[in-house]
Amino acid sequence: MKSIANEDLIGSKSMPHGNDVCQGPSSHSLNKKVTALVVEDNVVNQMIHKRLLSNLGIETQVVENGKEAVDLHHSGAVFDLILMDMEMPIMNGPEATRVLRAMGVRSKIVGVTAYSGDYEKRVFMDAGLDDYYEKPLTMAKLVSLLQELVDNN
Amino acid sequence: MEGSHLQRQMACMRKSLFDQGFLDEQFIQLEELQDDANPNFVEEVVTLFYRDSTRLILNVDQALEKVPLDFTKLDNYMHQFKGSSSSIGAAKVKNECTQFKECCKAGNAEGCMRSFQQVKKEHAALRKKLEAYFQLARQAGTGETASRSK
Repeated sequence: MKSIANEDLIGSKSMPHGNDVCQGPSSHSLNKKVTALVVEDNVVNQMIHKRLLSNLGIETQVVENGKEAVDLHHSGAVFDLILMDMEMPIMNGPEATRVLRAMGVRSKIVGVTAYSGDYEKRVFMDAGLDDYYEKPLTMAKLVSLLQELVDNN
Repeated sequence: MEGSHLQRQMACMRKSLFDQGFLDEQFIQLEELQDDANPNFVEEVVTLFYRDSTRLILNVDQALEKVPLDFTKLDNYMHQFKGSSSSIGAAKVKNECTQFKECCKAGNAEGCMRSFQQVKKEHAALRKKLEAYFQLARQAGTGETASRSK
């Protein structure tokens, strides 16, 4: 991660339609590709989040609940970024986050939630999130949290 | 000549979808994810939405026939429905889903039945409009969507 310079975020790949507010890390200039895991049960959101990340040159995997995310980590997978939905069947976001942190996972875990209530937010953050964003996720929000990822490394 | 006429028509149709409140800003987010490598992304997402939400509609219809109503189950289905609608920018559908969820919270069975009819109505209306829009987009032969104008 130290090999990713700040200027790599202002990549050569500009957004479609010349929107110069949103620019993302170029996979050409990264020495190591940023990897992400999308943990989300809604198929429409899976498709959108995957596209958002891929457009920024990020290698993305998708699982549909917290348990699958945990199993993936048990088998040795490591990600720079985990986008964690809150409500999922079998194992929800807060529970999966707690388990991953207990396993020693230090990836940036960002909650993505439809709920805007303070209580739900607090419970989710307390589970071990680095940050959370309200759905739907947008390119601007994603670039913002990726900038933090780069800054903190 | 023909091409630019179709493109103008397409831009008009798109603008009215926003002006009439069928679509919101989130749809533009999807358009901005479309590029030469993924020229049909918006249509693909919308197609997925309709496939998934049709399944949810069936589930809700069946659940609404049970006596007494399982409001928790209904609310869970609607949570999914509202989430997907929100993600594609389907503003009116999303609003009707919110109404339905309010009725679930209040344990209002009749309200649920009525508001679900509205959900289905808006869901179908948007589908028709988007199908016409995508068909026009194909005829206009553009790989990109019309430029953003509000």
